[in-house]
Amino acid sequence: MAKQSIVPFGPQHPVLPEPIHLDLVLEDEKVIEAIPSIGFVHRGLESLVDKKDFNEMTYVIERTCGICSFMHGMGYCESVEKIMNVEIPDRGKYLRTMWAEMSRVHSHLLWLGLLADAFGFESLFYQCWRMREKVLDLFEMTTGGRCIFSVNKIGGVLKDVDDVMLATIKATTQDIAAELRVIRKTFMEDYTVEARLRGVGILTKEQAHNLGTAGPFARASGIKMDMRTTGYAAYGDLDFDIITSNECDSYGRCEVRINEIFQAIDLIGQCIDKMPKGDIATIVKGNPNGEAFVRMEQPRGEAVYYSKANGSKFLERMRIRTPTFANIPGLLETLKGADFADVPLLILTIDPCISCTER
Amino acid sequence: MGNVKRSPWLLHYDGSSCNGCDIEVLACLTPVYDAERFGIINTGDPMQADIFLITGGINKANQAVVKQLYDQMPRPKVVVAVGVCACTGGVFKECYNIIGGADTTIPVDIYVPGCAARPQAIIDGIVKAIDLWQAKADKMENVQKELNKLDKLEEKEKK
Repeated sequence: MAKQSIVPFGPQHPVLPEPIHLDLVLEDEKVIEAIPSIGFVHRGLESLVDKKDFNEMTYVIERTCGICSFMHGMGYCESVEKIMNVEIPDRGKYLRTMWAEMSRVHSHLLWLGLLADAFGFESLFYQCWRMREKVLDLFEMTTGGRCIFSVNKIGGVLKDVDDVMLATIKATTQDIAAELRVIRKTFMEDYTVEARLRGVGILTKEQAHNLGTAGPFARASGIKMDMRTTGYAAYGDLDFDIITSNECDSYGRCEVRINEIFQAIDLIGQCIDKMPKGDIATIVKGNPNGEAFVRMEQPRGEAVYYSKANGSKFLERMRIRTPTFANIPGLLETLKGADFADVPLLILTIDPCISCTER
Repeated sequence: MGNVKRSPWLLHYDGSSCNGCDIEVLACLTPVYDAERFGIINTGDPMQADIFLITGGINKANQAVVKQLYDQMPRPKVVVAVGVCACTGGVFKECYNIIGGADTTIPVDIYVPGCAARPQAIIDGIVKAIDLWQAKADKMENVQKELNKLDKLEEKEKK
């Protein structure tokens, strides 16, 4: 038996934009075990329910994560709306769905760029981020922010989007789809990219199910699970299929995410075509009393929002379960037996969002 | 920016930010905003870095990490706090695990406000940091020159 050594990985590491620490037990160049330790980004924002009232909390919850901030705000608002039995107007629902899908496009493009950077393909990284800037410009046009939008409120959305903007969004997203078709070729067919991705980090369907993985990470292992099919917001009216892959490796995860960008662009188009006229928000009076669960599909997988209220303006408890936390056991399984050089790449394939995980 | 003698390198560390400022820092380095035109390059190694970009507030777990990264950087060094969380603690100031802004742990030279800080603001902060870094380098050089003069005087006196 070869000698074992422990190599610390992180919290500060060139490939990681965010801090996570792993102790990698190595035997020669092979990883035997990975021991994670998290907590570098823990803020304790869920406890702020004691200090901020339930309307203000929307803006705090949005800042759980800067990448999927819109969906966090949306999940929180839906949970409070569920407690208060508020039905938001159709236009509000469609706008929420549209922004949520735009978040998915920008999040997946960001991930593709980081993946390209992790396997050393610098120009591909820049191409992905150049395309992502177009989505951010759309966000800036419609909401005023690039990362944190703060357009959700309990009872609907704060800003309306006029027809000219909707047409621009449709045209720009179609441009992105056309450009992505070119880049897709590099990700899916390039010899060097395939050599880094294919057969690396295998997680079988059974393992993925037993370890409770979520989102594209689970779907790349052939599990048909997508919370959007439950039909929250306007998803019930839209037509889409669950994208899965049976590759079970990094290549499959890349494939699922690329296809999801096309799907999201299609959904944005459907939203704009069906966009109803009318109000964007209803007036909400009183304080919530009761508790509610909301499940929704974030770019990284299923997120659960739980709110408990007691009739005062402060919530009693607010809890978020985020997809990255569910995916960490799966990640540790894929790391076993991997090459040391593949570790940064494998960590990226779950699309880690540490600030979501630790809150 | 006229008298910069060497290209400073940049180290980015995410304190306890929400990711918003981090992706904006990365967006700054990509071709659309292209902060690399000022000669900087993003490095992962604190021992080669001159400018420290820190996003997010300080919490109990990362305080030691931030301190260590700062100590590992060679002098002269400039610290830029990006985003309102790094400046003061921001929206998370009242959270039980947040100690405060970056200046509770390390000396901060430049504050870039915003939630999330916009790329234009971050680039402005970086440009100011480069100037400050050069000024610090010049000062160190002048001090060294004076010290050398003193050494020579002492040698003469001994003779």
